[in-house]
Amino acid sequence: MHPGSNGAPLALDAIGLTKTVDSPSGPLTILADVDLRVRAGETVAIVGPSGAGKSTLLALVAGLDTPTRGRVAIAGTDLGRLDEDGRAAVRGRQVGFVFQSFQLIPSLTALENVMLPLELAGDPNARAAATAALTEVGLSARLAHYPRQLSGGEQQRVAIARAFVGRPPLLFADEPTGNLDAATGRRIAQLLFELNRAAGSTLVLVTHDRELAARCDRIVELDAGRVVG
Amino acid sequence: MTRRSTLRFAMRGLWRELRSGDALVLFGALAVAVASMTAVGFFTSRVAAGVAREATQVLAADLRLESASPIAARVLARARRDGLRVAQETSFPTALFHGDRSQLVAVNAVTPDYPLRGRVRIADVPYGPAIATTAIPARGTVWLDSRTAAVLGLRPGMSLRVGAIRLRFTRVLAFRPDQSVGLVSLAPALLMNAADLPATTLIQPGSRATYAALFAGPPAAVAAYRTALRAHPDPAVRIRDAAENSRELGSAVERASRFLNLASLSAVLLAAVGVAMSARRWASRRVDGVALMKCLGASQRFVLGVALAELAAIGALALIAGTLAGAIAESGIAWLLRSLVARELPAASVQPIAVAFATELAMLLGVALPPLIRLRRTPPLRVLRRDAAPPRLRHGVVPALALVALFAILWLMVRDSALVVDLAAGVVAVGAVLAAAGFVLVRVTRRFRGGVGVAWRYGLANVSRRGVASVLQVVAFGLGLMILLLLAVVRGDLMREWRASVGARAPNEFLINIRPQDVPALRRALAALGAADTPMFPVIRARITAIDSRPIASLHFAGARGRAFAEREQNLTWSADLMPDNRLVAGRWWTPADEGKPWVSISTEYRDALHLKLGDAISFDVAGEPLTVRVASIRQVRWDSFRPNFFLVFPPRLLDGAAGTEITSVYLDARERPGLAALAQRFPTVTVIDVDAILAQVRTIIDRASLAVQYVSLFTLAAGVIVLLAAVQATRDERRHESAILRTLGASRFTVLSGVAAEFVALGSLSGLLGAAGAAATGWWVAHRLFALRYAPDPRLWWFGILGGTVLVGVSGTLAARRVVGAPPAQSLRAEG
Ligand SMILES: Nc1ncnc2c1ncn2[C@@H]1O[C@H](COP(=O)(O)OP(=O)(O)O)[C@@H](O)[C@H]1O
Ligand SMILES: [Mg+2]
Repeated sequence: MHPGSNGAPLALDAIGLTKTVDSPSGPLTILADVDLRVRAGETVAIVGPSGAGKSTLLALVAGLDTPTRGRVAIAGTDLGRLDEDGRAAVRGRQVGFVFQSFQLIPSLTALENVMLPLELAGDPNARAAATAALTEVGLSARLAHYPRQLSGGEQQRVAIARAFVGRPPLLFADEPTGNLDAATGRRIAQLLFELNRAAGSTLVLVTHDRELAARCDRIVELDAGRVVG
Repeated sequence: MTRRSTLRFAMRGLWRELRSGDALVLFGALAVAVASMTAVGFFTSRVAAGVAREATQVLAADLRLESASPIAARVLARARRDGLRVAQETSFPTALFHGDRSQLVAVNAVTPDYPLRGRVRIADVPYGPAIATTAIPARGTVWLDSRTAAVLGLRPGMSLRVGAIRLRFTRVLAFRPDQSVGLVSLAPALLMNAADLPATTLIQPGSRATYAALFAGPPAAVAAYRTALRAHPDPAVRIRDAAENSRELGSAVERASRFLNLASLSAVLLAAVGVAMSARRWASRRVDGVALMKCLGASQRFVLGVALAELAAIGALALIAGTLAGAIAESGIAWLLRSLVARELPAASVQPIAVAFATELAMLLGVALPPLIRLRRTPPLRVLRRDAAPPRLRHGVVPALALVALFAILWLMVRDSALVVDLAAGVVAVGAVLAAAGFVLVRVTRRFRGGVGVAWRYGLANVSRRGVASVLQVVAFGLGLMILLLLAVVRGDLMREWRASVGARAPNEFLINIRPQDVPALRRALAALGAADTPMFPVIRARITAIDSRPIASLHFAGARGRAFAEREQNLTWSADLMPDNRLVAGRWWTPADEGKPWVSISTEYRDALHLKLGDAISFDVAGEPLTVRVASIRQVRWDSFRPNFFLVFPPRLLDGAAGTEITSVYLDARERPGLAALAQRFPTVTVIDVDAILAQVRTIIDRASLAVQYVSLFTLAAGVIVLLAAVQATRDERRHESAILRTLGASRFTVLSGVAAEFVALGSLSGLLGAAGAAATGWWVAHRLFALRYAPDPRLWWFGILGGTVLVGVSGTLAARRVVGAPPAQSLRAEG
């Protein structure tokens, strides 16, 4: 593992990430030469106005998309040397996600949604672990409910339970409170930070909420595809 | 991610999707296709098996010779010397009279050992319990079937006139091994002792009798005898054995089942549209889930494996359910056709399941698999960006191959490449025409939106907005309705038009086997009955030996008709005048100066089947005398005039020496008909054939058969319903959203539902209109091209079409969409997240 500046291993090491896409008016660079190095256990907020490239950066460092230039390593594994299935396997072992739009599967119950990552990893105790995770987020009474029977806040709790259930060392959250009202958003953020601390995992949080960002160890500010602070 | 977990994921997903209705339409489309194929397949396989099982029985022998002239005595003697048992059977049609009733029957005069295989079954009273017997009727007696006895009012013990003698009716004939003519056994029959035959005087030169010699014995002896017969083939004698017989009957089954197969195939093609639509929808519904699973670590193989396993499971369930439904539906076909298939049918073969499976596979591989394969390439980025979609498929190869596979299956079922090509062209043409018409209609509905209420406006707006889907539904239902209307309404109209065009006073009785010496007396007798001026035509039988000096055996004719013309004995006549219902299309008719010249006038059918032209030389064998003539003219014959007509007409005096009988046809109304009984007694050799009775019989067959085809066409409508459900499902999210908005704006549940009903009622009436128009156009084409009739569709056609379409589509569409629009708006809006 690459040592970080303070000696802790790097959970995430991204160097010179550039993403260029084709647009009707020619090639468009939406992310230019961005570095992002995150030590294990660190919490990092990525902030910036809408359209700054936050989600693009997150997609690249999570291996959901490939950079035009640059290099990403998760826990020392170079994603650029892996194919799509290889990157998926790394995500399955190392990464948990929380999304703005929850991304629950509508035809699965809350419990089944939370079981999903464990089942994909072939964990025989998926059910018990998922039940425990849902109890931790306060939804022990809603196990058999479908997403459409749950409020937005409850859906995001399910998503958080799903993100933590496999005990991934690295967590990505893209605007986790963006679809929620202020009060609910605060409660969800609280839950996210608590669980993250308890699990000792690394958190990379995309938000445009300054207050939320301020709770992180470090803030990376993006504007127009470049790191500005 | 083991194979087990792939399977577990798939099965759990499948169960959920079936429950939520997502996979249900795909399942339904496949099941309808399987059901329609197996229903027809099971039935035809049962008939084919029944026919094959009885192939030797049907011959009543191991080997059978048939000829239009008596079988030579030395042929029979040789068989006896070779250790074979021999029997003879002479068959011909004749009219039986009793009181003022008459009935055309097939007379079978047999020698004592008949039948050599199988047993005759007889009963003591009509429709009584039958027992097998080894005897044949004693001299002076006949056995008569129940139906004829009932029609004539005869009871056992009574006597009846057969030709010139009276015979006593002693037993009821229940079954004769060789009673079937191909598949259909309709002709009532009389069994008599061959020793009585000469006294009846019914056999005259030129009578339409078939002479059969039956042989049976040890297989080796039969085989040796058959080889010996084949060594010196006599073109006038047909050799039939069990193998050839079952082949022949098999192809008859195939021909007969063609229309059932075509009807089921139209359902299959429509179902394929349903499969394509629902599979697309199914795949697109999975995109989000797949993206998420990949984000959570699932491999491409896993997501594809899960989808394939689900698809395979849906296919397997559809195969099972469709086969069960097909088996149930099959009993319906068997019941509808019970009177035509006069035998106990054995169990069906499983082959139709294999064919249905192959078809299902072709549909799945061709239309369902591509969107699923595309699914595998879903970018996981989609969890962050909604517009990240799987790449488009570049190759249209797979659907093209599937289409080829579908048509290959089609060919397998119909075994007629011309028909398959026609059908393919027909499907494309009808589809294109219906689609174009549907498109215009859908556009036109837009105009009507101004003047109607809110519900209608909303519904009609939907019809034109969902243009492609609307056209597809209109085409699907239009096609199904068109087939049904064609069979149910147009066919009856055409029959009536045709009957009317033939004329009320068209001849309804044929008199054949008239001895030349009886002609003047018979003419007077007919005139006394009210049929004045009856033209008589001599009938002479002859066989073609060569065309342009090339022996007929060395020539090959593709069509069955060409072979029949070349191989069988032909009836020919001579006449000074062109028949009034004939039209010259080439050459010129002869003048009195041409009498006796070696010329012949042929009909267009003859020209086409034997590829003849003016001036060609045809050589005949006329009762042993060679005769070569040249084609002097070609005639177009209107066969349905019910006047005697001939493929071959010679000038007078050319055939003067040839012995023959005469033929005529007359019109007798119901009051005059009873006089035929006395006439038949006075002229015992004359056979009277009642055209009306034969037409009625043919009509019964056509009615039954087309009822069965209509029944199978219901599968086409079921496939149409599936297409509709697929279309409703494809628009489900859209509808849910719209209805939530409308209801939030204050529309009542009823108003929203009325809008939906309006949409489907509009679609239904459009497809009904289209179906009726299609049926009318097809009817017009058939009438015009095939029957040269003018045809104006019955107004009922339009009513049936529009009403049927409206009710069917309106009800099923509204029911299907009801659940979606019925949900509380809050839930619908929230579900969109
Ligand atoms: N694949 C793509 N094609 C075209 N434009 C893209 C693509 N991905 C991102 N963009 C554009 O790049 C910019 C940054 O997007 P995004 O990373 O989603 O911003 P943020 O999450 O900071 O709001 C936006 O203007 C977006 O429209
Ligand atoms: Mg974003």
